[in-house]
Amino acid sequence: MGKRVLVIEDEPNISEAVSFFLSRDGWNVFTHSKGNDALETVAHRAPDVLILDVMLPGRSGMEILRDLRADSRWQKLPVIMLTARGHSRDRAEAEAAGASKFMTKPFSNAEILEAVRALAPQ
Amino acid sequence: MSLPNPRFLQRQTYRRRRRADAARILPTLGLALMLVPLLLQTSTNATLDVPAARTSMVALFVFAVLAGLSVVSFFLARAMARDEKEGPANLATSLQERETDI
Amino acid sequence: MNTFNLLVVVCLAYALLLFAVAALTEQAARRGKLRWARSPLIYTLSLSIYCTAWTFYGAVGYAARSGLEFMTIYVGPTLVIIGWWWLLRKLVRIGRMQRITSIADLISARFGKSNGLAIGVTILAVVGTTPYIALQLQSVTLSFDAFALSQERSGFGASAFWVAFGLAFFTIIFGTRNLDVNERHHGVIIAIAIEAVVKLIALLAVGGFVVWGLSDGVDDILARIDSSPIAHWDVRPGRWSALIFLSAAAFLCLPRMFQVLVVENSDERHLRTASWAFPGYLILISLFVLPIAVVGLDRLPAESNPDLFVLTLPLAAGQDGLAILAFLGGFSSATSMVVVASLALATMVSNHIVMPIYLRMISGSGASVSGDVRDVVLFARRFSVAAVVMLGYLYYSLSGGGTALAAIGLVSFVGIAQVLPVLIGGLFWRAATRIGALAGLSLGFVIWGYSFFLPSFGPDVVFSSQVLLEGPFGIQALRPQALFGITGLDPLVHAVVWSISLNTLAFVVGSLMTFPTPIERLQGAQFVNVFDHSAGPRAWTAASAQSEDLMIMAQRILGPKQALSLFHNEVREQTGRPGRPGDLPVPTPEFVGKLERELSGSVGAATAHAMVSQIVGGSSISVQELMAVADETAQIIEYSDRLAMQSRELEKTAAELRTANSKLTKLSVQKDAFLSQISHELRTPMTSIRAFAEILRDGGDLEPHDTARYASIIHDESIRLTRLLDDLLDLTVLENGQVNLNIRRGMLNEALEQAVITAASGEDGHRIKVRRDANSEAVELSTDFDRLAQVFINLISNARKYCDARVPELTVAVQAEEDTVTLDFYDNGTGIAPEARDLIFEKFARMNTQRAGGAGLGLSICRQIMMRLGGDIRFIASDSGAHFRVRLPKDGQTA
Repeated sequence: MGKRVLVIEDEPNISEAVSFFLSRDGWNVFTHSKGNDALETVAHRAPDVLILDVMLPGRSGMEILRDLRADSRWQKLPVIMLTARGHSRDRAEAEAAGASKFMTKPFSNAEILEAVRALAPQ
Repeated sequence: MSLPNPRFLQRQTYRRRRRADAARILPTLGLALMLVPLLLQTSTNATLDVPAARTSMVALFVFAVLAGLSVVSFFLARAMARDEKEGPANLATSLQERETDI
Repeated sequence: MNTFNLLVVVCLAYALLLFAVAALTEQAARRGKLRWARSPLIYTLSLSIYCTAWTFYGAVGYAARSGLEFMTIYVGPTLVIIGWWWLLRKLVRIGRMQRITSIADLISARFGKSNGLAIGVTILAVVGTTPYIALQLQSVTLSFDAFALSQERSGFGASAFWVAFGLAFFTIIFGTRNLDVNERHHGVIIAIAIEAVVKLIALLAVGGFVVWGLSDGVDDILARIDSSPIAHWDVRPGRWSALIFLSAAAFLCLPRMFQVLVVENSDERHLRTASWAFPGYLILISLFVLPIAVVGLDRLPAESNPDLFVLTLPLAAGQDGLAILAFLGGFSSATSMVVVASLALATMVSNHIVMPIYLRMISGSGASVSGDVRDVVLFARRFSVAAVVMLGYLYYSLSGGGTALAAIGLVSFVGIAQVLPVLIGGLFWRAATRIGALAGLSLGFVIWGYSFFLPSFGPDVVFSSQVLLEGPFGIQALRPQALFGITGLDPLVHAVVWSISLNTLAFVVGSLMTFPTPIERLQGAQFVNVFDHSAGPRAWTAASAQSEDLMIMAQRILGPKQALSLFHNEVREQTGRPGRPGDLPVPTPEFVGKLERELSGSVGAATAHAMVSQIVGGSSISVQELMAVADETAQIIEYSDRLAMQSRELEKTAAELRTANSKLTKLSVQKDAFLSQISHELRTPMTSIRAFAEILRDGGDLEPHDTARYASIIHDESIRLTRLLDDLLDLTVLENGQVNLNIRRGMLNEALEQAVITAASGEDGHRIKVRRDANSEAVELSTDFDRLAQVFINLISNARKYCDARVPELTVAVQAEEDTVTLDFYDNGTGIAPEARDLIFEKFARMNTQRAGGAGLGLSICRQIMMRLGGDIRFIASDSGAHFRVRLPKDGQTA
């Protein structure tokens, strides 16, 4: 059984694309589209890697990340932040909040794959 | 009266102010003249060279001065009355008054 | 009938004549026929009360004793009156402006209406004038006796009393007949003018008789002078100068002189005539003094009283008629002085001493002052007149009439001259204060009393000869006639020098060391700058102009329009008809009260009350002065208004700056947010496109239907991108106003029809039923139909996207008015959350991210379009579904 990746992303097309190529690489992919119950989903799915969009309906990805880092269980969880906004400020904020990797949309699939592989060695 | 010539008006104003000056100086002049008899030789320190002045002469002098003052005052008053009848009465006086109040 | 009885008859007839003239004048005054009584000539003649019995009899005695020194008594007034432009003009102007009633009133008014000062000056005046009145009584008695002696009869004593009684009676009848606001007494003034003529004629007649009857003309007289005991010029310089100063001071300060000079002056211009005519009068009246004295000394026995040469020379020459004329002249001099002096003193005593005491007494008893106090004032006047005359009589009987006339006169002069420093200072020095004035007056008064007045009674009357010689308690420095150990001064010069110089010093130092009260400041400015505040020369007007004064004041304070309407309304209320221009209301208490309230709104209650009561109460402040106060207040108000306006403007500018700044900040934040929104909106579809494009490119084990599906996702997202770019361009064009509207006439229902079809053809969203009313939609418009349809499409597709009812329904209701058309779009969904309502017209504001098909610019574009079309689009808050209202003009122009 492959390691688990949780994708929290509100744009259905994007989560579909990501889960497609991650699944094909052997990952066990779960998707979620809302921000407000993201923490419960993380707890439920207990992923090895988390891909987290910044702009989510309900709750911002930054807040979710900060909450995760505050929880001892998820302090070491690798988190890849995705954003469609072009601000360098977002990158700094994400890194300060404890993101493992920060990627700007549109990304190349290979980049994500590589990052996931690097963060959670099989 | 038609529109007065401004230069004439100015001159008129100037002359009025000089008349007011004269009215002011007159009593000072009068006082000075009235103190002249004090300079005359009195009987107590009269000498042979300079005999004492005579009362009659001094009286003539004093009356002459008083009459002179009265006459000058009469002409000044008449000129002022004419000024007042002729033109804007307060022009000259108000200017003059401002001068004094500084 | 012997000469003495004839004298009594003539005397009584003369008195009756004066009574008649005074009575007639008063009558004429009441009928308003007083032009002749107010002539400059009458004014000049009234000034001649300066020449009293002292001048008439005493000057000859003076000349017989001291030579030409008597002339100084005429020189001082001459200098003052020819210098009228400098001092008297100002004094008269102030007197008119401030409605001054006496010298005490003037000093009091100048120093903040201090009654203490007024009492001081009044006491000084009474003490100084009493010997002078006694002098007049004495001269009349002496002159009676001159006749009596020649007839071997004695009328001593009784005559003085009857003269005093008669004078008091005359003064009370004509001086206190009624209360004049300006304290002017026409009857008295005319009587005095007549007396002035009589005494001049009498003296000229005696002089002419002496020069051409008893001597051989002018040359002979000059020769007689040169051979007389006073032939040699024997001037005492100290006395000469001191007497010139004293007579000038007395001319200004003597209560009776102030009365005729200032109070009775009806026209400032009369001073101009008096400036030469009065010196002329003085020359004439003094012309024959020296000849009479010299001839008297020559012809009459050595023991005869030189004070009576004027009478005794004609008598000795057997000229009884001339003697009677001379007597009438002396009688005139004496009576006119007593009448005016007692009148002036009575005014002072009653105004400053009796009335304040009376008012305090009745207010102390708890009762308020009710009714008319005029009777009280009149009684106080009459009582004061009688008291002053009787005081003079008492002084005369007690002193026994022994002292030479001239000496008594000089004592009075020095006493009253103490007012001069304060008077001149008050007129020309703004910084002069009440305390300074009090200090100066008191010190001057004390020194005068100690060094001149009390010693004048002679040794061993008040001061023992020991005190006079060695000083009180042997203190040499306090010797009354040699203060501070300085001896060798003539008593007169000594008194003048010390009293006036120390008086002035105390006044100046006291003023410099104290601060004036506000009213002192105000009065000081009013006095010193009287010509700035007052109108030019103008005759006195009757005090009936109250309403006009009130009107002028109201205009100054309220502004002309408001004041005018206030007064007109009052006229209407009082008369029942509308006020015409020029109509003035009667100043009833109600109206005055109303006006005061009105004014207090502008200048404060206290000021308003003061101003109104000054005008209505007829007190001593003039309207012109009030105007000056009002002007100052107005200036202050204007100035502070200007300041307030400036600070308001500054505040406004600052606020504008702050607004601009925050707008800029907001704009910058908005721009940032906008850019990041655009970035997000662009990147999101691009991410999907790229991701699936890569999947497709990389190939691999893709199911065919997956391939197709991914390709269609790429396609949809590309369309989404394109639409977003279109919307952005659209919005930019609309916002920048670069849009070209294609305005044409058409029907509203066509635009709606097209919109419904277009919106329904869209792929996303539910099916929705659109309810319309064909009749109401048949409205002809002139607008850009493509743009209008774009708005409708947006609204309909929004309803399709967001209406969450089970059977979605959109109603379009049209209501055409005269110029505008209103369309309501409302659906049957749950509507828009209240917190989102404010944002719906903002860019990228989407109700629900999940279900958004558009870029979130639709409603922003709609709003821009409606603005361009001259209408608007609003969200109508309601509990049910979303409700938008579109309004647009029927005849649309490019906004």
